Amino acid sequence: MKKFLILFAFIGILYSCGNNNKPDATSNSEQPKSMVSDPSSYDPHRGEGKHTTVEISEKIDDTMAETGSKIQSVKCASCHKLSDEKLVGPGWKGVTSRRKPEWIMNFITNPDPMIDKDPALQAQLELCLVRMPNQGLSDTDARAILEFMRKNDVAK
Amino acid sequence: MKNSLLYLLAISVMIATIFSCKPKNASSAAGSDAAEKSYVPPGKYDEFYNFVSGGFSGQMSVYGLPSGRLFRVIPVFSVDPEKGWGYSEETKPMLNTSHGFVPWDDLHHIELSQTKGEQNGKWAFANANNTPRLARVDLKTFRTAEILELPNSGGNHSSPFGTENSEYIVAGTRFSVPGDNDNGDVPISSYKQNFKGHISFVSVDPTSGEMKVAFQLRTPGVNFDLARSGKGKSHGWFFFSCYNSEQANTLLEVNASQKDKDFIMAVNWKKAEEYIKAGKGKKTPVKYAHNVFDESTQTSKSTIMDEVLVLDIAEIKDICYFIPCPKSPHGCDVDPTGEYIVGSGKLAALIPVFSFDKIQKAIGDKAYDGDYQGIPVIKYEAALYGEVKKPGLGPLHTEFDAKGNAYTSFFVSSEIVKWNIKDLKVLDRAPTFYSVGHLCVPGGNTVKPWGKYLIAYNKITKDRYLPTGPELTQSAQLYDISGDKMQMILDFPTIGEPHYAQAAPADLIRNNGQLKIYKLADNKNPYKTNGEQESKVVREGNKVHVYMTAIRSHFSPDNIEGIKMGDDVYFHITNLEQDWDVPHGFAIKGANNGELLIMPGETCTLKWTPDKIGIFPMYCTDFCSALHQEMQGYVRVSPSGSKTPLQFSLGKNSPSLPESN
Repeated sequence: MKKFLILFAFIGILYSCGNNNKPDATSNSEQPKSMVSDPSSYDPHRGEGKHTTVEISEKIDDTMAETGSKIQSVKCASCHKLSDEKLVGPGWKGVTSRRKPEWIMNFITNPDPMIDKDPALQAQLELCLVRMPNQGLSDTDARAILEFMRKNDVAK
Repeated sequence: MKNSLLYLLAISVMIATIFSCKPKNASSAAGSDAAEKSYVPPGKYDEFYNFVSGGFSGQMSVYGLPSGRLFRVIPVFSVDPEKGWGYSEETKPMLNTSHGFVPWDDLHHIELSQTKGEQNGKWAFANANNTPRLARVDLKTFRTAEILELPNSGGNHSSPFGTENSEYIVAGTRFSVPGDNDNGDVPISSYKQNFKGHISFVSVDPTSGEMKVAFQLRTPGVNFDLARSGKGKSHGWFFFSCYNSEQANTLLEVNASQKDKDFIMAVNWKKAEEYIKAGKGKKTPVKYAHNVFDESTQTSKSTIMDEVLVLDIAEIKDICYFIPCPKSPHGCDVDPTGEYIVGSGKLAALIPVFSFDKIQKAIGDKAYDGDYQGIPVIKYEAALYGEVKKPGLGPLHTEFDAKGNAYTSFFVSSEIVKWNIKDLKVLDRAPTFYSVGHLCVPGGNTVKPWGKYLIAYNKITKDRYLPTGPELTQSAQLYDISGDKMQMILDFPTIGEPHYAQAAPADLIRNNGQLKIYKLADNKNPYKTNGEQESKVVREGNKVHVYMTAIRSHFSPDNIEGIKMGDDVYFHITNLEQDWDVPHGFAIKGANNGELLIMPGETCTLKWTPDKIGIFPMYCTDFCSALHQEMQGYVRVSPSGSKTPLQFSLGKNSPSLPESN
């Protein structure tokens, strides 16, 4: 009985202080994350994002590359040249030999988390100082841009 | 033994509670756990959105509850240079009226759209009290999507109250005036002969939200003040408070306070709808503006309408009925069941509560006390459910909770009074600081009040805040109404002046499909620049169109030469960003205009007429990246007739130019 009463008193205290008008507990309930995330789970070859394997064929798909070129001119060309010259960000020449297709697809669709984790991207950020914006690319858009990058790298 | 143990425990609980919760130096009228109840920690969300009228600022403000934090000021009826509202070429038509461009108004009341009497999170409506207009704000974008002017009206105060599926939003004129199509050049003292009231029933398209003046009711000349629609059993009816049944045209303070009772006007709008369908509406020539913002072109268009359908309620007998209501009624509020209509006489010392069933019976029995200007007046007792006795002084407005309680504000006695609708007994009273006007309970005007909080919007804040010269901040006060007693938990300043407000659960709004960006591919603005390589400058006579892009962190082009005195320059700027919360701003030295604030994927236009020869800097005003301060450029302005060629560039110097003449 005594134990029960003590428990009761304890609940009373909790109730009077803790349970009143808890603001929206369904959102943002986790602890704030560190701005520098744990890199141990990060795969620097694949990057981070939903693209695990990207099928590419030997031959360039010209139609797809043409679509990619159009998207590039609206959403990418402000900051990236097709040569190896840096504008706001690095030039595109050679990117498909430097990076795996999965990494490219992940980075252009999911830039913020990758900038936070990828050591190479963090080094790049120190040079460029502007974080690559998320340009709202669909998967099809991203694939078309990759094809255009491949074509750009084949061209002399 | 057992009893003393219990006693000891009770004491220890009390002490623990006091020590653990009581803030130090609690000295206000607020409860000791007020901080805990109103505190929303950093990074957490509020429980409710509160949409608050901005009064003479002409805008609508959005706060979080219970924190009282200000999230946004939505420009509605007044220009807002910060957001380019009324300054960009795309938004100027939104403020067009039959009187031309009107850059200011007085926004008094808010109505959130409803389905089956419950909030649906789609739109917020607002009224303009000076140049009579109605606005619709889209709650996906938090932008004003539409503004409709109201003909035959003088000050749209009795508005924007809506029916239970937002079939209609009403707009009743505060000032009776001669109709727009009547000869208005008459002596003011001919009020009784020539001045008429008009109440607009504005239909709302359930999908697009587009508003249309479906019909107007022409009434005797009185002042319409506030209104509420019926709901549930009284769906199909509308109730309007009116004062100045004396029909005074001067010193209303005295002359409109002569009669012991004015009226609440009950309107059978379903019946009015039938008369309109049967072709009884009289087509009346008038002029009023209808302004719509098109999301796909991000451009607004103003159309002047030239006709309205009018039903004269003195000719059509079975639409309107007057119910006597003591002492210049102001608030006219319908409880969640739709049965009780609460009238609040500004000068009264009691609150009459009318019964919908009794009103219906009185109409059936013709229990009339004569007529007023040809409109039947129902006997007071025949409509009355009962009176709340000695509630306070100067009742104004009433909101409801889901437990059968009503909350009425009292301006003169500066208090909120909680009373039970069924037995009309006063249950609690709480002071306000000071002179409370409107009240808001989340969902308090609907069939499903969310309750929990009550917000009082005050007229005077003297001594509540640090002084700021002759004018002090406007203010609201938040009460916890979850218990039997109302408990004040927060003061928060508001933009001025807050009148009516409504609140909705945060999830209802934030999960309504909030727009995060305008997709570039869907941007149909005719002046869109589709990528940097299409940026260009085009001369058409003395008009120069600059097709410019913005992305972190440069404009293209950023060097422009060949502009001449006498030119009008249109900067059409497309923000190429496709990420949430990355607007770019644009400003140029000397522009007699505001800035542009361009959302991701949007195109906005600033008109600039250079007034001097020389070099004019331009820059991005909204911090966008670490290199934001580098986001700038120059425009060269040469004399009119100069041979400086029109050229533009980004990232390279223009070829050397011949000296201009």
